[in-house]
Amino acid sequence: MSDLYHEGMKLKCDKCGKSATIHLTEIVGGQKIEKHLCEDCASAEGITVKSNVPISQLLEDFILQTSPSHSPEQAAQHAVPSDLKCDVCGMDFNEFRSKGLLGCPHDYEAFDRGLLPLLERAHEGATQHIGKVPHSAGDSQKKQNALLRLRAELKSAVSLEDYERAASLRDQIKELEKS
Amino acid sequence: MKLSDLTHRAGEWLRGVGPMHDVVISSRVRYARNLAGMPFLSRCTGEQLRELETRLRDTVLDSRLADEMLYVDVAAAGKLDRELVVERHLISRQHADGRHPRGVAISGSETMAVMVNEEDHLRIQVLRSGLQLSEAFEDLSRIDQLLEERVSFAFHDRYGYLTACPTNVGTGLRVSVMLHLPALKLTGQIEKAFRAAKELHLAIRGLYGEGTEATGDFFQVSNQTTLGKSEPQILEEFSTEMVPNFIDYERKARHALLNRQARALEDRVYRAHAALRSARLISSEETMYMLSLVRLGASLGLIKDIDVHTLNELFLQTQPAHLQRLLNREMDGQERSAARSDFIRRRLSQN
Ligand SMILES: [Zn+2]
Ligand SMILES: [Zn+2]
Repeated sequence: MSDLYHEGMKLKCDKCGKSATIHLTEIVGGQKIEKHLCEDCASAEGITVKSNVPISQLLEDFILQTSPSHSPEQAAQHAVPSDLKCDVCGMDFNEFRSKGLLGCPHDYEAFDRGLLPLLERAHEGATQHIGKVPHSAGDSQKKQNALLRLRAELKSAVSLEDYERAASLRDQIKELEKS
Repeated sequence: MKLSDLTHRAGEWLRGVGPMHDVVISSRVRYARNLAGMPFLSRCTGEQLRELETRLRDTVLDSRLADEMLYVDVAAAGKLDRELVVERHLISRQHADGRHPRGVAISGSETMAVMVNEEDHLRIQVLRSGLQLSEAFEDLSRIDQLLEERVSFAFHDRYGYLTACPTNVGTGLRVSVMLHLPALKLTGQIEKAFRAAKELHLAIRGLYGEGTEATGDFFQVSNQTTLGKSEPQILEEFSTEMVPNFIDYERKARHALLNRQARALEDRVYRAHAALRSARLISSEETMYMLSLVRLGASLGLIKDIDVHTLNELFLQTQPAHLQRLLNREMDGQERSAARSDFIRRRLSQN
């Protein structure tokens, strides 16, 4: 089911039957309507035009609430043992330092030692969340991590073309998500 | 609702009628959220990225977050459409330029925009015009609640909501305002105000990217700390302790200009007004700069025949993608400068 939209890249245009490249989902009066259009028909509907517009550099920053202190130098200032590695997603602390982005939720535990000083600097010394707790907090850390691991295994099963194992892992993931 | 419906009007956040609109253009709050049990985007396979995009699109649309909603498949959208939503501040530049499956759900009023597969799986944003942070936050909480009924978010007992970048971890809450600070700029006090803000753990960015001087004097100020404070505390500190200081400084600077350098101020304001009414070629940078001065003049009563609403709309509609969409043709930079000046003259003569 999940691939439908993207197999949808090969869908036909609702209007003329050529291959559709524009896919919109609209809600009108509570009804969900999907539209697939080719570029010409979309353009005729005022939805899109073929164009090659120089990128406006203006007004762009406000959109993205990107983290103000993304810069990995922050992390780099601090000497951190380079042996920290996440066994779920495979990211190590050095890779995180160079990219500034973590690989998976488990990294917060795996990189704990390296992250704590960074968190303190970024958050006025705080390292403990005291805000909102979601209902799904009932989903224990254990379950969240189990899901992550299953997905990592699935990834490697797929790359090894072990489809039988992949199918059984997908079932396990579905099962666990429902529980 | 179609994307093209947006072109002809300004979004809610730009309406210019909110509280403190002489200084505060708009308020924005956002939550960063990731699905539990999924890697962050940088470690997702192509299949996982598609799965996330589809699942989150369905979740967002099925949650009935607003009466009217439009989902734009950003990966499949044409370039002009992507530019259009960037100019309207509904998606980030980064989101527009990405190459992976991604999208944005926009409410009819444009007060809500949920980005799917941006830096985090979800970036839920709520916008309001003027200073209306608590109203925006209420709406954000409602949306977060509705989504949590359908999906579980990555959450850790100690670190809170887990985000791809540790600077967002904890509440995942970023609170920000877009400020118009022309008088602080004119009187050379802006650096001082920024230094003070940094002491208060605020982040400040120029609206038009770093290092651009003639920009129109808009600045985005936001909180940096997301961990170790509750959401209401973050909101409270930001909106009652920090923002009022900026408003106060700017208003004082405006009145100082009016009292002590009235002639010089009037000269700038009226020249800007004349330039907008007379130009036959105008770049978007120059337009920003002139509109900013006219907006300052309007807030001080020097300019009476143009309201803030019109000015705010002009800020948006003179941007390249909007201009091309409004005039329904593709144009290069030179053609746009001509078309932009015509558009502005026409708009100002309607007043
Ligand atoms: Zn067609
Ligand atoms: Zn990991």
